[in-house]
Amino acid sequence: MIPELGHFALALALALALAQSVLPLVGAQRGEARLMAAGAGLATGVLIAVAAAFAALLWSFAENDTTVSAVVQNSHSAKPMLYKLAGAWGNHEGSMVLWVLILALCGGAVALFGRGLPGALRARVLAILGMIAVGFLAFILATSNPFTRVWPPAVDGQGLNPVLQDPGLAFHPPLLYLGYVGTAVTFAFAIAALIEGRVDAAWGRWVRPWALASWSFLTLGIALGSWWAYYELGWGGYWFWDPVENASLLPWLAGCALLHSAIVVEKREALKTWSIFLAILAFSMSLLGTFLVRSGVLNSVHAFANDPERGVFILALLFITVGGAFALFAWRAPALMPTGIFAPLSREGALVLNNLLLCTVAAVVLAGTLYPMFADLMLKAKISVGPPFYQATVFPLALPLILAMAAGPLMAWKRARAWPVLQRLWWVALVALGVIALVWLVQGRPVLPALGFGAACWLILAAFVDVAERIALFSRPRAAFARARGLPRAAWGGAVAHAGFGISLLGMAGMGLATQALVNVRPGQSVPLAGYEFRLDGVGDVVGPNFTARRATVTVLRDGAVVTVLTPERRNFPLARQTTTEAAIHTTWASDLYAVMGEEENGVATLRLHHNPLAPWIWLGGAVMALGGGISLSDRRARVGAPARRRAAAEAEA
Amino acid sequence: MSGAEGSPTARPLARRALLWAPLGLAAAGGIGFWAMLRGMKDGSYDPRGVPSALLGKPAPRLALPPLEGVETPGFQPEALATGGPVLVNFWASWCVPCVIEHPQLMALQARGVRLLGVNYKDKAPEAGRFLRQHGNPFSALVVDAEGRAGIDYGLYGVPETYLVDGGGIVRWRWAGPMTPDTVSAELEPLLRRHA
Repeated sequence: MIPELGHFALALALALALAQSVLPLVGAQRGEARLMAAGAGLATGVLIAVAAAFAALLWSFAENDTTVSAVVQNSHSAKPMLYKLAGAWGNHEGSMVLWVLILALCGGAVALFGRGLPGALRARVLAILGMIAVGFLAFILATSNPFTRVWPPAVDGQGLNPVLQDPGLAFHPPLLYLGYVGTAVTFAFAIAALIEGRVDAAWGRWVRPWALASWSFLTLGIALGSWWAYYELGWGGYWFWDPVENASLLPWLAGCALLHSAIVVEKREALKTWSIFLAILAFSMSLLGTFLVRSGVLNSVHAFANDPERGVFILALLFITVGGAFALFAWRAPALMPTGIFAPLSREGALVLNNLLLCTVAAVVLAGTLYPMFADLMLKAKISVGPPFYQATVFPLALPLILAMAAGPLMAWKRARAWPVLQRLWWVALVALGVIALVWLVQGRPVLPALGFGAACWLILAAFVDVAERIALFSRPRAAFARARGLPRAAWGGAVAHAGFGISLLGMAGMGLATQALVNVRPGQSVPLAGYEFRLDGVGDVVGPNFTARRATVTVLRDGAVVTVLTPERRNFPLARQTTTEAAIHTTWASDLYAVMGEEENGVATLRLHHNPLAPWIWLGGAVMALGGGISLSDRRARVGAPARRRAAAEAEA
Repeated sequence: MSGAEGSPTARPLARRALLWAPLGLAAAGGIGFWAMLRGMKDGSYDPRGVPSALLGKPAPRLALPPLEGVETPGFQPEALATGGPVLVNFWASWCVPCVIEHPQLMALQARGVRLLGVNYKDKAPEAGRFLRQHGNPFSALVVDAEGRAGIDYGLYGVPETYLVDGGGIVRWRWAGPMTPDTVSAELEPLLRRHA
């Protein structure tokens, strides 16, 4: 009964979303206030219906209803409750429902919090969001119904992929989808602006919070996914340039560019066409990721379903959305003439440079991701594009980006001069160069980690200089605290996010110095690695809720004193007939001691040991970046800025 | 695009053409994706299969030194055309999927299949330790320390396996670890055909 209600709720949501995509749009074109106002109510209705469907799905998983196909394939009664619930979105069908739920939440948020928006703009935004919801709801109902029944019921479920039984992964998809779907809102704003033919400072001010929120969630989602890969997959790395990882990086890069160009729209009324383009691009990249992961056109550890039928449907959605948006863009964009002019050496000039570099990085990553597929299609050549390609192309682009990232916030709007910026940054540059020289001398290894440390110092110190200058920390230290409180949150947020990127870079540079060893040891034997002594004390059996495991006990000593005891496991899940490795990690914040257990033979155990300097800072930096986004989002201007245009518009009408 | 926007003097026609560019690119990509999906249906496009340009062509010569510290002999470049099928297996001790594949290699060797190992970008002591621990399925072993032979063969990664028939012609290639299913479904029919 409950699954049928869920199915019905999805159908109801589709009907409401259809109305949502038509009525407000017609109302906005004809200027009929009642039709326009219908959008908010319909969006709320869609939200309630989709939430009911999602609740029904959660209920099916929580109750372990074995007449529901998705439950049978992905769940099991012996699983802990958290993973039963996480199993609801750990598969293709359920994750699509979560996707639409978040989209409906965004629509509801625009309906509820968008009261300050001009009526026509809000109606059009809601209509576009409604169209996207129609596409995805139709996709779910036509090809991926999560409530399909099986009869006779299975005795029990077949279990979730044990690699996915992890708190990190339970929250990774929702965060990532919040980010992906957030780009749908900026997309809707862009399309609405194209229909209206107007982009002004107020538009930039409304788009920016959405771009910020979406970017922050994407940052968190990507960081969480990378962290999960690091500790759960046991490969010892944090980023593999896998096509699916790239698919999440692309909207992040586009969103990051949009975030910055929207500032220029708001402050200087320039870069309008470009910002619209970026908003369309960011959502296109989100959809492209969905297509790549779910259509089976690429071969990846992350790929979901291998169903060309679904692929055709998503491609059709992609075609209508992206093709329609870019056609509208080409047709209407010439109407959006820039009103501001600007000099190359200025804050907006620096932001243009930032945009160009970010988009070049995005283009390179996109080319690297798609090239093997298109080479296969057209040249019948199987090519893999791996980390060496990205290292050779992304790093040279990242360097000027990092240099500009520090200098940009110190420049004035309209027309800046280079000298005052250099004056404030020269000591930071000296420190960064010193760090590069020091690391290079001490390590005497590839130059890249040394450059990474230097770049990290440059960014973090420059963010400090930025804040210190604004609150006059050195020139008038007594009033600094008061000024710090008065400083706009957006300024704080920017500095924190830039410093967060520096912190991540610090971790990545540290990982460039990581050492590892693959060793075969008997109990009692020990192995030296990076100044530590890893001693295997023994291997024993462990029984978990739905697995059995072999657990090695490895004592780590430094200068004869015990640092920690690591217990890596090899878990065997009999139901899924799968073996997973549980890496054991001890972090000292200066470095991670990381042990993975391999095969055993004749009392000899294979262990993979890693020493990863500064590894935790990679993800901590990601969290700091997202925190910066959050601080900026709480800025007064983001909350109360919205009514500005309504007043202006009302005056104009009057 | 931002440059065009920054300068109002840009020719309007060029600017208009530029605005159509994203649509053109997206359309080209869309047609490509559509062709992929079509190909997946009729089997002409398979993202997982990795065919080799070498199929049906003579296997590249393997003029490489033997692996030190192991009793298994090296082999002469001519050893690939022996009148019977030979499996050329690229592997390394640092490669985790190789550990997964190893039992299949041991089983093949036990059934009398000739296996030529190419130890790829590895260190001799570690390679030797790997074989002592997991068993040595190879009847001959050479070392490709710089990955030169890997380039000749167009290696996708390790492990990777080639079936070379008695005339020295490459008949099959498998990129990634061979599972028991791979062996029974793909390799065994070919071994029978080329025996």
